[in-house]
Amino acid sequence: MSANQVALWYLAASVCFILALKGLSHPSTARRGNTLGMIGMAIAVVVTLGLIFSTTKNIAWILVGIVIGGAIGAVVARRVQMTQMPELVAGFHSLVGMAAVLIAIAAVHNPVSFGLPAEIPTGNKLELFIGTFIGAITFSGSVIAFGKLSGRIRSAPVVFGGQHLLNLAIAIAMIGFGAWFFVGGGWLPFIVMTALAFLLGVLMIIPIGGADMPVVISMLNSYSGWAAAGIGFSLNNPMLIIAGSLVGSSGAILSYIMCRAMNRSFISVILGGFGAAEGAAVADTGQKTVKSGSADDAAFLLGNAESVIIVPGYGLAVARAQHAVKELAQKLREKGVDVRYAIHPVAGRMPGHMNVLLAEAEVPYDQVFEMEDINGDFGTADVALILGANDVVNPLAEQKGSPIYGMPILEAHRARNVIVNKRSMASGYAGIDNPLFYLDKTMMVFGDAKKVVDDMVKAVE
Amino acid sequence: MATGVDPIVFYLIIFVLAVVVGYHVVWSVTPALHTPLMSVTNAISSIILVGAMLAAGPEIMDWGGWVGFVAVILASVNVFGGFLVTQRMLEMFRKKEPKAQTASEAKH
Repeated sequence: MSANQVALWYLAASVCFILALKGLSHPSTARRGNTLGMIGMAIAVVVTLGLIFSTTKNIAWILVGIVIGGAIGAVVARRVQMTQMPELVAGFHSLVGMAAVLIAIAAVHNPVSFGLPAEIPTGNKLELFIGTFIGAITFSGSVIAFGKLSGRIRSAPVVFGGQHLLNLAIAIAMIGFGAWFFVGGGWLPFIVMTALAFLLGVLMIIPIGGADMPVVISMLNSYSGWAAAGIGFSLNNPMLIIAGSLVGSSGAILSYIMCRAMNRSFISVILGGFGAAEGAAVADTGQKTVKSGSADDAAFLLGNAESVIIVPGYGLAVARAQHAVKELAQKLREKGVDVRYAIHPVAGRMPGHMNVLLAEAEVPYDQVFEMEDINGDFGTADVALILGANDVVNPLAEQKGSPIYGMPILEAHRARNVIVNKRSMASGYAGIDNPLFYLDKTMMVFGDAKKVVDDMVKAVE
Repeated sequence: MATGVDPIVFYLIIFVLAVVVGYHVVWSVTPALHTPLMSVTNAISSIILVGAMLAAGPEIMDWGGWVGFVAVILASVNVFGGFLVTQRMLEMFRKKEPKAQTASEAKH
Protein backbone atom coordinates (compact mmCIF):
# COMPACT_ATOMS: atom_id res chain seq x y z
CA MET A 1 0.00 0.00 0.00
CA SER A 2 1.55 3.27 -1.08
CA ALA A 3 1.60 6.42 1.01
CA ASN A 4 -0.71 8.10 -1.49
CA GLN A 5 -3.30 5.35 -1.26
CA VAL A 6 -3.16 5.49 2.53
CA ALA A 7 -3.71 9.24 2.46
CA LEU A 8 -6.72 8.91 0.17
CA TRP A 9 -8.28 6.30 2.40
CA TYR A 10 -7.66 8.63 5.34
CA LEU A 11 -9.61 11.25 3.44
CA ALA A 12 -12.52 8.83 3.09
CA ALA A 13 -12.39 8.12 6.82
CA SER A 14 -12.37 11.85 7.55
CA VAL A 15 -15.48 12.38 5.46
CA CYS A 16 -17.16 9.56 7.39
CA PHE A 17 -16.36 11.32 10.66
CA ILE A 18 -17.74 14.62 9.40
CA LEU A 19 -20.95 12.90 8.31
CA ALA A 20 -21.12 11.17 11.69
CA LEU A 21 -21.23 14.55 13.40
CA LYS A 22 -23.73 15.87 10.86
CA GLY A 23 -26.01 12.97 11.72
CA LEU A 24 -26.39 14.37 15.22
CA SER A 25 -28.44 17.30 13.98
CA HIS A 26 -31.58 15.23 14.61
CA PRO A 27 -32.43 12.04 16.53
CA SER A 28 -33.72 10.39 13.38
CA THR A 29 -30.35 10.58 11.61
CA ALA A 30 -28.16 10.20 14.66
CA ARG A 31 -27.81 6.42 14.73
CA ARG A 32 -26.86 6.35 11.06
CA GLY A 33 -24.25 8.98 11.85
CA ASN A 34 -22.70 6.86 14.60
CA THR A 35 -22.52 3.89 12.25
CA LEU A 36 -20.69 6.04 9.72
CA GLY A 37 -18.27 7.00 12.47
CA MET A 38 -17.58 3.33 13.10
CA ILE A 39 -16.99 2.76 9.40
CA GLY A 40 -14.58 5.69 9.26
CA MET A 41 -12.64 4.32 12.22
CA ALA A 42 -12.56 0.86 10.63
CA ILE A 43 -11.18 2.29 7.39
CA ALA A 44 -8.47 4.22 9.22
CA VAL A 45 -7.43 1.21 11.28
CA VAL A 46 -7.40 -1.32 8.45
CA VAL A 47 -5.49 1.00 6.14
CA THR A 48 -2.92 1.72 8.84
CA LEU A 49 -2.55 -2.01 9.46
CA GLY A 50 -1.90 -2.43 5.78
CA LEU A 51 0.69 0.33 5.86
CA ILE A 52 2.54 -1.16 8.82
CA PHE A 53 2.37 -4.64 7.35
CA SER A 54 3.91 -3.45 4.13
CA THR A 55 6.79 -1.76 5.94
CA THR A 56 7.72 -3.84 8.99
CA LYS A 57 5.37 -6.84 8.85
CA ASN A 58 5.06 -6.53 12.66
CA ILE A 59 1.30 -6.41 13.23
CA ALA A 60 0.90 -9.34 15.62
CA TRP A 61 1.09 -7.38 18.85
CA ILE A 62 -1.06 -4.62 17.42
CA LEU A 63 -3.83 -7.10 16.73
CA VAL A 64 -3.48 -8.59 20.20
CA GLY A 65 -3.74 -5.13 21.71
CA ILE A 66 -6.82 -4.24 19.70
CA VAL A 67 -8.56 -7.44 20.74
CA ILE A 68 -7.77 -6.94 24.42
CA GLY A 69 -8.72 -3.27 24.43
CA GLY A 70 -11.77 -3.89 22.30
CA ALA A 71 -13.07 -6.57 24.64
CA ILE A 72 -12.66 -4.32 27.66
CA GLY A 73 -14.32 -1.43 25.86
CA ALA A 74 -17.27 -3.51 24.71
CA VAL A 75 -17.90 -4.85 28.22
CA VAL A 76 -17.73 -1.39 29.73
CA ALA A 77 -20.11 -0.01 27.09
CA ARG A 78 -22.60 -2.73 27.79
CA ARG A 79 -22.47 -2.53 31.59
CA VAL A 80 -22.36 1.18 32.32
CA GLN A 81 -25.54 2.80 33.53
CA MET A 82 -26.78 5.97 31.90
CA THR A 83 -26.48 7.83 35.19
CA GLN A 84 -22.75 7.06 35.07
CA MET A 85 -22.35 8.62 31.64
CA PRO A 86 -20.52 11.76 32.81
CA GLU A 87 -17.81 9.83 34.60
CA LEU A 88 -17.53 7.34 31.76
CA VAL A 89 -16.86 10.07 29.22
CA ALA A 90 -14.33 11.66 31.58
CA GLY A 91 -12.64 8.32 32.05
CA PHE A 92 -12.43 7.68 28.33
CA HIS A 93 -10.82 11.07 27.72
CA SER A 94 -8.00 10.02 30.02
CA LEU A 95 -7.28 7.03 27.79
CA VAL A 96 -6.73 9.22 24.74
CA GLY A 97 -4.53 11.58 26.74
CA MET A 98 -2.32 8.80 28.01
CA ALA A 99 -2.15 7.17 24.60
CA ALA A 100 -0.89 10.47 23.16
CA VAL A 101 1.84 10.68 25.80
CA LEU A 102 2.93 7.08 25.22
CA ILE A 103 3.07 7.58 21.46
CA ALA A 104 5.20 10.67 21.93
CA ILE A 105 7.58 8.73 24.16
CA ALA A 106 7.85 6.00 21.54
CA ALA A 107 8.47 8.63 18.87
CA VAL A 108 11.26 10.32 20.82
CA HIS A 109 12.78 6.89 21.41
CA ASN A 110 12.60 5.66 17.83
CA PRO A 111 11.59 8.34 15.33
CA VAL A 112 12.67 6.26 12.37
CA SER A 113 9.95 3.68 12.93
CA PHE A 114 7.44 6.50 12.44
CA GLY A 115 9.00 7.59 9.20
CA LEU A 116 10.79 10.53 10.78
CA PRO A 117 14.51 11.19 10.36
CA ALA A 118 16.70 9.90 13.22
CA GLU A 119 17.39 13.49 14.24
CA ILE A 120 13.86 14.76 14.74
CA PRO A 121 13.28 17.99 12.80
CA THR A 122 12.65 21.01 15.02
CA GLY A 123 9.12 21.50 13.75
CA ASN A 124 8.17 17.95 14.70
CA LYS A 125 9.90 18.37 18.07
CA LEU A 126 7.72 21.37 18.81
CA GLU A 127 4.65 19.43 17.85
CA LEU A 128 5.73 16.46 19.99
CA PHE A 129 6.06 18.84 22.92
CA ILE A 130 2.59 20.25 22.29
CA GLY A 131 0.94 16.88 21.76
CA THR A 132 2.58 15.50 24.89
CA PHE A 133 1.73 18.24 27.30
CA ILE A 134 -1.85 18.50 26.10
CA GLY A 135 -2.14 14.71 26.33
CA ALA A 136 -0.71 14.64 29.85
CA ILE A 137 -2.98 17.43 31.08
CA THR A 138 -5.94 15.67 29.48
CA PHE A 139 -5.01 12.43 31.20
CA SER A 140 -4.58 13.65 34.75
CA GLY A 141 -7.34 16.26 34.47
CA SER A 142 -9.75 13.60 33.26
CA VAL A 143 -8.78 11.24 36.05
CA ILE A 144 -9.62 13.95 38.59
CA ALA A 145 -12.86 14.75 36.74
CA PHE A 146 -13.74 11.07 36.80
CA GLY A 147 -13.03 10.99 40.53
CA LYS A 148 -15.23 13.98 41.25
CA LEU A 149 -18.11 12.78 39.11
CA SER A 150 -18.10 9.25 40.48
CA GLY A 151 -17.95 10.51 44.04
CA ARG A 152 -14.53 9.04 44.72
CA ILE A 153 -13.10 12.51 45.23
CA ARG A 154 -15.13 15.18 46.97
CA SER A 155 -16.77 17.32 44.38
CA ALA A 156 -16.42 20.51 46.40
CA PRO A 157 -13.63 22.70 45.05
CA VAL A 158 -10.20 22.23 46.58
CA VAL A 159 -8.77 25.69 46.95
CA PHE A 160 -5.69 26.86 48.72
CA GLY A 161 -3.82 30.13 48.91
CA GLY A 162 -1.41 30.93 46.12
CA GLN A 163 -2.96 28.25 43.97
CA HIS A 164 -3.17 30.26 40.81
CA LEU A 165 0.39 31.48 41.15
CA LEU A 166 1.54 27.92 41.70
CA ASN A 167 -0.26 26.74 38.57
CA LEU A 168 1.19 29.59 36.58
CA ALA A 169 4.69 28.79 37.84
CA ILE A 170 4.31 25.15 36.90
CA ALA A 171 3.00 26.08 33.46
CA ILE A 172 5.96 28.37 32.85
CA ALA A 173 8.39 25.71 34.05
CA MET A 174 6.74 23.18 31.78
CA ILE A 175 7.11 25.45 28.77
CA GLY A 176 10.69 26.12 29.78
CA PHE A 177 11.55 22.44 29.78
CA GLY A 178 9.69 22.05 26.53
CA ALA A 179 11.84 24.78 25.03
CA TRP A 180 14.94 23.03 26.29
CA PHE A 181 13.76 19.81 24.66
CA PHE A 182 13.08 21.80 21.51
CA VAL A 183 16.65 23.05 21.25
CA GLY A 184 18.05 19.57 21.57
CA GLY A 185 17.96 18.71 25.27
CA GLY A 186 16.91 15.10 24.79
CA TRP A 187 15.17 12.87 27.33
CA LEU A 188 15.69 14.80 30.56
CA PRO A 189 13.70 17.94 29.70
CA PHE A 190 11.11 15.78 27.92
CA ILE A 191 10.48 13.70 31.01
CA VAL A 192 10.40 16.65 33.38
CA MET A 193 8.06 18.54 31.08
CA THR A 194 5.71 15.57 30.89
CA ALA A 195 5.72 15.13 34.66
CA LEU A 196 4.93 18.82 35.15
CA ALA A 197 2.09 18.55 32.65
CA PHE A 198 0.56 15.63 34.58
CA LEU A 199 0.79 17.68 37.76
CA LEU A 200 -0.76 20.69 36.10
CA GLY A 201 -3.71 18.61 34.92
CA VAL A 202 -4.48 17.60 38.50
CA LEU A 203 -4.06 21.10 39.89
CA MET A 204 -6.23 22.64 37.20
CA ILE A 205 -9.23 20.46 37.84
CA ILE A 206 -9.31 20.08 41.60
CA PRO A 207 -10.49 23.65 42.27
CA ILE A 208 -13.50 23.21 40.05
CA GLY A 209 -16.76 22.31 41.76
CA GLY A 210 -19.25 19.62 40.82
CA ALA A 211 -21.83 21.60 38.89
CA ASP A 212 -19.21 23.30 36.74
CA MET A 213 -18.31 19.85 35.45
CA PRO A 214 -20.23 20.31 32.18
CA VAL A 215 -17.65 22.91 31.20
CA VAL A 216 -14.73 20.82 32.44
CA ILE A 217 -15.77 17.69 30.58
CA SER A 218 -16.34 19.64 27.38
CA MET A 219 -12.94 21.26 27.80
CA LEU A 220 -11.19 17.94 28.33
CA ASN A 221 -13.11 16.55 25.36
CA SER A 222 -11.64 19.38 23.32
CA TYR A 223 -8.13 18.85 24.69
CA SER A 224 -8.16 15.17 23.79
CA GLY A 225 -8.82 16.24 20.22
CA TRP A 226 -5.99 18.75 20.21
CA ALA A 227 -3.66 16.14 21.71
CA ALA A 228 -4.46 13.82 18.82
CA ALA A 229 -3.96 16.63 16.32
CA GLY A 230 -0.66 17.60 17.95
CA ILE A 231 0.59 14.02 17.66
CA GLY A 232 -0.68 14.05 14.09
CA PHE A 233 1.48 17.05 13.26
CA SER A 234 4.52 15.52 14.90
CA LEU A 235 4.12 12.27 12.98
CA ASN A 236 3.11 13.99 9.74
CA ASN A 237 -0.13 12.04 9.85
CA PRO A 238 -3.13 13.80 8.26
CA MET A 239 -5.68 11.37 9.71
CA LEU A 240 -4.80 12.35 13.27
CA ILE A 241 -4.73 16.02 12.36
CA ILE A 242 -8.16 16.06 10.76
CA ALA A 243 -9.99 13.84 13.24
CA GLY A 244 -8.27 15.50 16.18
CA SER A 245 -9.27 18.95 14.92
CA LEU A 246 -12.92 17.94 14.49
CA VAL A 247 -13.00 16.76 18.08
CA GLY A 248 -11.04 19.74 19.36
CA SER A 249 -13.39 22.28 17.85
CA SER A 250 -16.46 20.30 18.91
CA GLY A 251 -15.35 20.29 22.54
CA ALA A 252 -14.48 23.97 22.40
CA ILE A 253 -17.93 24.85 21.12
CA LEU A 254 -19.60 22.78 23.83
CA SER A 255 -17.48 24.52 26.47
CA TYR A 256 -18.54 27.87 25.09
CA ILE A 257 -22.22 26.88 25.08
CA MET A 258 -21.99 25.69 28.67
CA CYS A 259 -20.29 28.87 29.84
CA ARG A 260 -22.82 31.02 28.03
CA ALA A 261 -25.63 29.06 29.67
CA MET A 262 -24.20 29.86 33.07
CA ASN A 263 -23.27 33.39 32.06
CA ARG A 264 -19.81 32.87 33.45
CA SER A 265 -16.63 33.38 31.54
CA PHE A 266 -14.57 30.33 30.71
CA ILE A 267 -11.64 31.76 32.64
CA SER A 268 -13.73 32.19 35.77
CA VAL A 269 -14.91 28.59 35.58
CA ILE A 270 -11.40 27.27 35.02
CA LEU A 271 -9.97 29.29 37.89
CA GLY A 272 -12.52 27.51 39.99
CA GLY A 273 -13.51 28.09 43.57
CA PHE A 274 -17.16 28.68 42.70
CA GLY A 275 -19.70 26.63 44.56
CA ALA A 276 -17.60 26.10 47.66
CA ALA A 277 -20.70 26.25 49.80
CA GLU A 278 -22.48 23.36 48.14
CA GLY A 279 -24.99 21.86 50.51
CA ALA A 280 -24.40 24.41 53.24
CA ALA A 281 -27.58 25.39 55.06
CA VAL A 282 -28.81 28.86 54.25
CA ALA A 283 -28.11 31.27 57.11
CA ASP A 284 -31.08 33.64 56.98
CA THR A 285 -34.17 31.44 56.66
CA GLY A 286 -35.23 32.67 60.08
CA GLN A 287 -37.66 35.29 58.85
CA LYS A 288 -39.06 33.56 55.79
CA THR A 289 -41.23 30.48 55.71
CA VAL A 290 -41.97 28.01 52.98
CA LYS A 291 -45.22 26.28 52.30
CA SER A 292 -44.57 22.60 52.38
CA GLY A 293 -46.85 19.82 51.33
CA SER A 294 -46.98 16.10 50.74
CA ALA A 295 -46.78 14.13 47.54
CA ASP A 296 -50.55 13.72 47.76
CA ASP A 297 -51.09 17.47 47.85
CA ALA A 298 -48.85 17.86 44.84
CA ALA A 299 -50.59 15.06 42.99
CA PHE A 300 -53.91 16.79 43.54
CA LEU A 301 -52.61 20.00 42.00
CA LEU A 302 -51.05 18.14 39.09
CA GLY A 303 -54.09 16.01 38.38
CA ASN A 304 -56.34 19.04 38.12
CA ALA A 305 -54.07 21.07 35.94
CA GLU A 306 -54.46 21.58 32.23
CA SER A 307 -50.81 22.06 31.50
CA VAL A 308 -47.76 21.01 33.47
CA ILE A 309 -44.12 21.75 32.78
CA ILE A 310 -41.57 19.52 34.47
CA VAL A 311 -38.10 20.92 35.19
CA PRO A 312 -35.61 18.12 35.85
CA GLY A 313 -32.31 18.81 37.58
CA TYR A 314 -29.28 17.03 38.96
CA GLY A 315 -31.29 15.83 41.96
CA LEU A 316 -33.35 13.72 39.58
CA ALA A 317 -30.22 12.08 38.26
CA VAL A 318 -28.85 11.39 41.71
CA ALA A 319 -32.13 9.84 42.86
CA ARG A 320 -32.45 7.87 39.59
CA ALA A 321 -36.00 9.05 39.39
CA GLN A 322 -36.25 9.38 35.62
CA HIS A 323 -38.45 6.31 35.20
CA ALA A 324 -40.76 7.41 37.98
CA VAL A 325 -41.13 10.82 36.34
CA LYS A 326 -42.04 9.24 33.05
CA GLU A 327 -44.72 7.19 34.76
CA LEU A 328 -46.07 10.30 36.43
CA ALA A 329 -46.18 12.17 33.14
CA GLN A 330 -47.90 9.25 31.46
CA LYS A 331 -50.55 9.03 34.18
CA LEU A 332 -51.18 12.75 33.90
CA ARG A 333 -51.47 12.53 30.12
CA GLU A 334 -54.04 9.80 30.49
CA LYS A 335 -56.05 12.24 32.55
CA GLY A 336 -55.82 14.77 29.77
CA VAL A 337 -53.08 16.95 31.25
CA ASP A 338 -50.56 18.36 28.80
CA VAL A 339 -47.12 17.48 30.15
CA ARG A 340 -43.87 18.88 28.83
CA TYR A 341 -40.28 18.94 30.04
CA ALA A 342 -38.10 22.03 30.14
CA ILE A 343 -34.36 21.47 29.95
CA HIS A 344 -31.83 24.08 30.98
CA PRO A 345 -28.53 23.75 29.08
CA VAL A 346 -26.45 23.22 32.22
CA ALA A 347 -28.88 21.11 34.20
CA GLY A 348 -26.97 18.08 35.37
CA ARG A 349 -23.26 17.37 35.17
CA MET A 350 -22.77 17.16 31.42
CA PRO A 351 -24.20 18.84 28.31
CA GLY A 352 -27.41 17.07 27.40
CA HIS A 353 -27.42 15.09 30.66
CA MET A 354 -31.14 15.46 31.32
CA ASN A 355 -32.04 14.58 27.75
CA VAL A 356 -30.19 11.29 28.01
CA LEU A 357 -31.85 10.40 31.32
CA LEU A 358 -35.29 11.16 29.95
CA ALA A 359 -34.54 9.22 26.77
CA GLU A 360 -33.49 6.27 28.88
CA ALA A 361 -36.85 6.46 30.63
CA GLU A 362 -38.44 6.35 27.18
CA VAL A 363 -39.83 9.86 27.35
CA PRO A 364 -40.62 10.75 23.72
CA TYR A 365 -38.24 13.45 22.62
CA ASP A 366 -41.00 15.63 21.25
CA GLN A 367 -42.20 16.23 24.82
CA VAL A 368 -38.78 17.55 25.77
CA PHE A 369 -37.99 21.19 25.08
CA GLU A 370 -34.90 23.33 25.32
CA MET A 371 -35.02 26.48 27.39
CA GLU A 372 -35.38 28.94 24.47
CA ASP A 373 -38.35 27.04 23.08
CA ILE A 374 -40.37 26.65 26.23
CA ASN A 375 -39.51 29.60 28.43
CA GLY A 376 -42.33 31.71 27.08
CA ASP A 377 -44.88 29.02 27.97
CA PHE A 378 -44.37 29.09 31.72
CA GLY A 379 -46.71 32.04 31.97
CA THR A 380 -49.65 29.98 30.75
CA ALA A 381 -48.71 26.77 32.54
CA ASP A 382 -50.83 25.73 35.51
CA VAL A 383 -48.06 23.93 37.32
CA ALA A 384 -44.30 24.00 37.12
CA LEU A 385 -42.90 20.88 38.75
CA ILE A 386 -39.26 21.34 39.77
CA LEU A 387 -37.45 18.07 40.44
CA GLY A 388 -33.99 18.44 41.91
CA ALA A 389 -33.21 21.71 40.13
CA ASN A 390 -32.34 24.92 41.94
CA ASP A 391 -30.11 27.59 40.44
CA VAL A 392 -31.55 27.10 36.95
CA VAL A 393 -34.94 28.32 38.19
CA ASN A 394 -33.69 31.02 40.55
CA PRO A 395 -35.29 34.39 39.72
CA LEU A 396 -32.37 36.14 41.46
CA ALA A 397 -30.52 35.64 38.19
CA GLU A 398 -32.58 38.51 36.85
CA GLN A 399 -31.45 40.81 39.64
CA LYS A 400 -28.32 42.90 39.38
CA GLY A 401 -25.83 42.24 42.09
CA SER A 402 -26.61 38.59 42.67
CA PRO A 403 -23.78 36.11 42.08
CA ILE A 404 -25.76 34.47 39.33
CA TYR A 405 -26.93 37.66 37.66
CA GLY A 406 -27.20 37.32 33.92
CA MET A 407 -27.46 33.56 33.86
CA PRO A 408 -30.37 32.55 31.66
CA ILE A 409 -32.96 30.71 33.73
CA LEU A 410 -36.10 28.74 33.23
CA GLU A 411 -38.91 31.10 34.16
CA ALA A 412 -40.73 28.63 36.35
CA HIS A 413 -41.71 31.43 38.71
CA ARG A 414 -44.20 32.62 36.09
CA ALA A 415 -46.30 29.49 36.29
CA ARG A 416 -49.60 29.67 38.15
CA ASN A 417 -48.44 27.12 40.71
CA VAL A 418 -44.99 25.86 41.51
CA ILE A 419 -44.13 22.55 43.13
CA VAL A 420 -40.53 22.07 44.18
CA ASN A 421 -39.04 18.76 45.23
CA LYS A 422 -35.73 18.85 47.12
CA ARG A 423 -34.21 16.81 49.86
CA SER A 424 -33.86 19.77 52.20
CA MET A 425 -33.59 23.55 52.29
CA ALA A 426 -29.85 23.40 51.67
CA SER A 427 -28.68 25.86 49.06
CA GLY A 428 -27.80 24.80 45.58
CA TYR A 429 -24.47 24.89 43.86
CA ALA A 430 -24.24 28.66 43.73
CA GLY A 431 -24.62 28.81 47.48
CA ILE A 432 -27.40 31.36 47.44
CA ASP A 433 -30.99 31.31 48.53
CA ASN A 434 -33.75 30.88 45.98
CA PRO A 435 -36.73 33.24 46.33
CA LEU A 436 -38.80 30.86 44.23
CA PHE A 437 -39.18 28.64 47.29
CA TYR A 438 -40.80 31.37 49.36
CA LEU A 439 -43.46 32.46 46.90
CA ASP A 440 -47.06 32.12 47.95
CA LYS A 441 -47.84 29.92 44.99
CA THR A 442 -44.95 27.56 45.69
CA MET A 443 -45.34 24.26 47.49
CA MET A 444 -42.21 22.50 48.66
CA VAL A 445 -42.32 18.73 48.77
CA PHE A 446 -39.28 17.49 50.66
CA GLY A 447 -37.79 14.07 50.19
CA ASP A 448 -35.85 11.88 47.84
CA ALA A 449 -36.99 12.54 44.27
CA LYS A 450 -37.69 8.93 43.44
CA LYS A 451 -39.76 8.30 46.56
CA VAL A 452 -41.68 11.54 46.20
CA VAL A 453 -42.46 11.00 42.54
CA ASP A 454 -43.46 7.38 43.15
CA ASP A 455 -45.86 8.63 45.83
CA MET A 456 -47.24 11.20 43.41
CA VAL A 457 -47.83 8.50 40.82
CA LYS A 458 -49.82 6.44 43.33
CA ALA A 459 -51.82 9.47 44.41
CA VAL A 460 -52.70 10.58 40.90
CA GLU A 461 -54.70 7.45 40.04
CA MET B 1 3.75 26.28 -7.07
CA ALA B 2 3.19 23.17 -4.99
CA THR B 3 6.71 21.89 -5.53
CA GLY B 4 8.24 24.64 -3.44
CA VAL B 5 5.82 24.33 -0.56
CA ASP B 6 6.87 22.52 2.61
CA PRO B 7 4.41 19.70 3.50
CA ILE B 8 3.88 21.31 6.90
CA VAL B 9 2.06 24.12 5.17
CA PHE B 10 -0.36 21.64 3.66
CA TYR B 11 -0.88 20.07 7.07
CA LEU B 12 -1.60 23.52 8.45
CA ILE B 13 -4.13 24.10 5.67
CA ILE B 14 -6.03 20.91 6.34
CA PHE B 15 -5.86 21.62 10.09
CA VAL B 16 -7.50 25.00 9.64
CA LEU B 17 -10.11 23.64 7.25
CA ALA B 18 -10.90 20.79 9.63
CA VAL B 19 -11.40 23.25 12.48
CA VAL B 20 -13.74 25.36 10.33
CA VAL B 21 -15.74 22.30 9.24
CA GLY B 22 -15.89 21.09 12.83
CA TYR B 23 -17.15 24.47 13.97
CA HIS B 24 -20.00 24.54 11.47
CA VAL B 25 -21.03 20.93 11.85
CA VAL B 26 -21.13 21.03 15.63
CA TRP B 27 -23.29 24.13 15.78
CA SER B 28 -25.94 22.21 13.87
CA VAL B 29 -26.13 19.50 16.55
CA THR B 30 -29.37 19.72 18.50
CA PRO B 31 -28.83 20.37 22.24
CA ALA B 32 -30.83 17.27 23.09
CA LEU B 33 -28.03 15.23 21.57
CA HIS B 34 -25.12 16.97 23.27
CA THR B 35 -24.30 13.95 25.39
CA PRO B 36 -24.08 11.58 22.41
CA LEU B 37 -22.07 14.31 20.68
CA MET B 38 -19.49 14.22 23.46
CA SER B 39 -19.46 10.49 23.44
CA VAL B 40 -19.06 10.20 19.66
CA THR B 41 -16.37 12.86 19.48
CA ASN B 42 -14.62 11.02 22.27
CA ALA B 43 -14.86 7.87 20.15
CA ILE B 44 -13.46 9.76 17.16
CA SER B 45 -10.59 11.08 19.27
CA SER B 46 -9.57 7.48 19.80
CA ILE B 47 -8.26 7.78 16.24
CA ILE B 48 -5.08 8.15 18.26
CA LEU B 49 -5.09 4.37 17.85
CA VAL B 50 -3.54 5.00 14.42
CA GLY B 51 -0.55 6.65 16.09
CA ALA B 52 -0.43 3.90 18.69
CA MET B 53 -0.35 1.26 15.97
CA LEU B 54 2.59 2.99 14.33
CA ALA B 55 4.33 2.95 17.70
CA ALA B 56 3.58 -0.71 18.31
CA GLY B 57 4.72 -2.00 14.96
CA PRO B 58 8.47 -1.41 14.72
CA GLU B 59 10.75 -3.89 12.94
CA ILE B 60 12.12 -5.14 16.23
CA MET B 61 9.92 -5.07 19.34
CA ASP B 62 11.93 -2.95 21.77
CA TRP B 63 10.65 -1.07 24.83
CA GLY B 64 9.30 1.62 22.52
CA GLY B 65 7.23 -1.03 20.81
CA TRP B 66 5.85 -2.21 24.14
CA VAL B 67 4.96 1.33 25.11
CA GLY B 68 3.09 1.48 21.82
CA PHE B 69 1.39 -1.82 22.63
CA VAL B 70 0.00 -0.35 25.85
CA ALA B 71 -1.15 2.69 23.89
CA VAL B 72 -2.93 0.38 21.43
CA ILE B 73 -4.83 -1.27 24.26
CA LEU B 74 -5.85 2.05 25.82
CA ALA B 75 -6.97 3.50 22.51
CA SER B 76 -8.85 0.34 21.55
CA VAL B 77 -10.83 0.43 24.80
CA ASN B 78 -11.96 3.88 23.75
CA VAL B 79 -12.72 2.93 20.14
CA PHE B 80 -15.01 0.07 21.01
CA GLY B 81 -16.32 1.51 24.26
CA GLY B 82 -16.93 4.93 22.76
CA PHE B 83 -18.84 3.92 19.64
CA LEU B 84 -20.81 1.18 21.39
CA VAL B 85 -21.88 3.38 24.28
CA THR B 86 -22.92 6.09 21.79
CA GLN B 87 -24.92 3.53 19.88
CA ARG B 88 -26.61 2.40 23.08
CA MET B 89 -27.46 5.99 23.96
CA LEU B 90 -28.83 6.80 20.54
CA GLU B 91 -31.12 3.75 20.55
CA MET B 92 -32.88 5.42 23.44
CA PHE B 93 -33.69 8.46 21.33
CA ARG B 94 -35.75 6.47 18.88
CA LYS B 95 -39.40 7.35 18.52
CA LYS B 96 -41.28 4.55 20.18
CA GLU B 97 -44.76 3.09 20.22
CA PRO B 98 -46.69 5.58 18.15
CA LYS B 99 -49.64 3.16 18.34
CA ALA B 100 -49.76 3.16 22.14
CA GLN B 101 -49.68 6.94 22.23
CA THR B 102 -52.51 7.47 19.73
CA ALA B 103 -54.55 4.85 21.57
CA SER B 104 -54.36 6.80 24.82
CA GLU B 105 -54.94 10.06 22.96
CA ALA B 106 -58.06 8.55 21.40
CA LYS B 107 -59.55 8.06 24.88
CA HIS B 108 -60.44 11.74 25.14
